[in-house]
Amino acid sequence: MTEAEFQAELNRIRPTLMRFAVLQLRDEQSAEDAVQDTLLAALEGRERFSGRSQLKTWVVSILRNKIVDRIRQRSREAPLPEAGDNEAEDFDGLFEPDGHWADKPADWGDPAKSFEQGRFFEVLDLCMKALPENLSRVFLMREVLEMETEEICKELAMSSSNCWVVLYRARMRLRECLQLKWFAQGVGSE
Amino acid sequence: MKTCKEVHRLVIEGQDRKLSLMERIAVRVHLMMCGACRRFETQMQFLREAMRRLPGR
Repeated sequence: MTEAEFQAELNRIRPTLMRFAVLQLRDEQSAEDAVQDTLLAALEGRERFSGRSQLKTWVVSILRNKIVDRIRQRSREAPLPEAGDNEAEDFDGLFEPDGHWADKPADWGDPAKSFEQGRFFEVLDLCMKALPENLSRVFLMREVLEMETEEICKELAMSSSNCWVVLYRARMRLRECLQLKWFAQGVGSE
Repeated sequence: MKTCKEVHRLVIEGQDRKLSLMERIAVRVHLMMCGACRRFETQMQFLREAMRRLPGR
């Protein structure tokens, strides 16, 4: 790949990077900065890109690190409020007093069918954006940046049990949102 | 035996921490007998898979 081709390719994946960074950082300006840093690092490190992996995969992995740096910095400057224990009770309504499901989980069918549809990821984006920031930050670190839970707790100075509560709530909310906005619309479900 | 309410919680926590042997056994036994919780587990795996696919798109 010539340098010009390399640059053109980077330009092509820029929107994907932006979308990803905005989702994680929830702020256009920080996202823009993270993407700039990433593109710069990619240009400077062009020799290290062996071509064995896809360029996009490689650049996304650089972006991940840039985002983690920013999240780290941010949580030092402005720690997120702790999730209160009582807030974990939000989902009690899903169960009968005896602990059985009041509202049985629906069959989401073959997930692969949803992944084939671009619209699905728009809905997922929408659901992510609807999460309160303290939930989405931890959830994204866990699921998109693929950090270990202990690592996240340490970064954000949270107790492990608080981390689990936050992740629990994020997962439950996303499940609810996908059910409502995607599966109940007759896509993928029975 | 654990209730669905307890099991759904463990299914989720199992994605974020290592469950104890007893917890894992309790979940397995419950899932064997409970279709609703099996669906829930599938939904949670689906969510994880969806998130992993998000960045590269």
